[in-house]
Amino acid sequence: MSGIRLLVGTRKGAFILSSDGSRRKWEVSGPHFGGWEIYHLKGSPADPNRIYVSQTSSWFGQTIQRSDDGGKTWNAVGNQFAYAGETGTPIGTHQWYDGTSRPWEFKRVWHLEPSLDDPDTVWAGVEDAALFRSTDGGRSWHELPGLRGHGTGPAWQPGAGGLCLHTILLDPGNPQRLYTAISAAGAFRSDDAGESWKPINRGLHSQYIPDPNAEVGHCVHRIAMHRDRPQTLYMQKHWDVLRSDDAGDSWREVSGNLPSDFGFVVDVHAHEPETIYVVPIKSDSEHYPPDGKLRVYRSRQGGNEWEALTDGLPQQDCYVNVLRDAMTVDSFDPCGIYFGTTGGQVYASADAGDSWTAIVRDLPAVLSVEVQTLP
Amino acid sequence: MIRVVLPTPLRTLARIDGEVTVEPAGPPTLAALIDALEAAYPALAGTLRDPTTRRRRPLLRFFACGEDLSHAPLEMPLPAAVADGREPLLVVGAIAGG
Repeated sequence: MSGIRLLVGTRKGAFILSSDGSRRKWEVSGPHFGGWEIYHLKGSPADPNRIYVSQTSSWFGQTIQRSDDGGKTWNAVGNQFAYAGETGTPIGTHQWYDGTSRPWEFKRVWHLEPSLDDPDTVWAGVEDAALFRSTDGGRSWHELPGLRGHGTGPAWQPGAGGLCLHTILLDPGNPQRLYTAISAAGAFRSDDAGESWKPINRGLHSQYIPDPNAEVGHCVHRIAMHRDRPQTLYMQKHWDVLRSDDAGDSWREVSGNLPSDFGFVVDVHAHEPETIYVVPIKSDSEHYPPDGKLRVYRSRQGGNEWEALTDGLPQQDCYVNVLRDAMTVDSFDPCGIYFGTTGGQVYASADAGDSWTAIVRDLPAVLSVEVQTLP
Repeated sequence: MIRVVLPTPLRTLARIDGEVTVEPAGPPTLAALIDALEAAYPALAGTLRDPTTRRRRPLLRFFACGEDLSHAPLEMPLPAAVADGREPLLVVGAIAGG
C-alpha cells in the first residue's frame, strides 16, 4: 500500500486529502465544484481512479460527476433519476410530515455506492427514498422499484433531513445480498441483487412513533458491516446503538455505557470485526456532543462496553456535529479512522483511535468522508 | 443566433466563458432554447428545467428586454429582440442565501 486518499464532501464543494502510508503529512486539493453541495463522493473498489460524485444545488438540481484519473479531471454524466413507471407522474405516495400522502419526487442523491468488482456499476440512494443503479458508468440510471414497492412504502415518512436513502451496504461474500437504510423508514434487505426487499427492523424500539416496535417508521441513521463477517451489522439509530448477528433479522441494543446513544455515525475497525466506533451526540434537538467534548467511543466487544477516545480531540467548548456519512476507516495496519464535522474539521487517527490530529480545520461543513487505500 | 447569459455556477459547470450563443431548431421558444443549450452543453442537462417534470427550476428566472419571462409558457415565442440576437436572455439564480 503506497498511499491514501480521503474524499470529503462539504456544503460548498469537494476536497481530496492525500498522504502516504505514514498518514502524517497531507496535501489538500480543492475545492472541487466550489459552491455546490457535495453530499457524497466515493471511489470504485475495482478501479481507484474511478470516483463518483453527487453534486447538488437548490438552484440547479442534481449533477453526477465522474473522474477516471483519481480526481484530477471530472466529467458530468447522467443526472436523470426517473422513478420506475414514471411518465410525468410518480407512482404511488409516501407520508408527509403532517401524515398526508404525497407523491414521490426526486430531490437529490445522498449516497453513491460503487460495485465491489465493476467500475461501471454504481448504486445511488436518493431522496425521496429510492434505490437506483447505473451499469454504464453513471450515464444512465434505473430504479430498482422493489424497494419502494414491496408494500410498506406508502407508510414511510421523512426524517428531519428528508425522506432519504442514505446507506447502501454490499455483502462482499454474496453478490445477491445488499442492505439499505432510510430515514425515517428503517433498514431493508434484498437477497436477489436488489429486485425484492423486506424490512429488517425487528428489535428496534422507537418511542417517537405510535407503535414503538412497528415494522417500519424507525429513523435509522447508519449501518456498518465488517467484510469478513457480513452477517453481523451495527446500527446507529436516531436513539440507540444496535447490532444484529443474523443479517438484520433481529437486532439488540448495545448502547451500554455511552454518555448518549443518539448519534449519526457507526463504523467498524478494518481488521477487528468486534471493534466499533460511534460519536455520541447529545440529543436530536441539540446536535452537538455532550458536555462540549468531542469524543469518539470505541467498543472492542462489539458494543455494550465503550471507552472514550479523546487524545487530540477538543474537550471543551466544542459544539459540532458528525453527520451520518462522515466517518470511514482505512485498511492499513494499524487501522486509520477518519471523521469530518459540521465545523469543517477532518480528524484522523493512524492508531485505531488512540490519538487524533486535525488534517484540516476550516472547510465548509462536512457532509461525507470516504477513504481510498491506494496500491 | 440567440445570446444567453448563464449564472456563474452553470458557466463553471459547462466550462463556458462569458455569453453563449445557440441556434434552436424550429421556432425560437424558451423550450427550444433550453433544448439547444442542453445539446450544445450536455453538462447543463436538467439544470434549468427539471428533467422529469420539464418545469423551470423554481429558483431560476428568465429575464429579457426588461421583462420577466419566467412565468410565460415554455412554448411561447421569445421576444423578437432575443430571437434575432439584439438582446440576450438572462438566466438569473434567486438570491436565496446559504
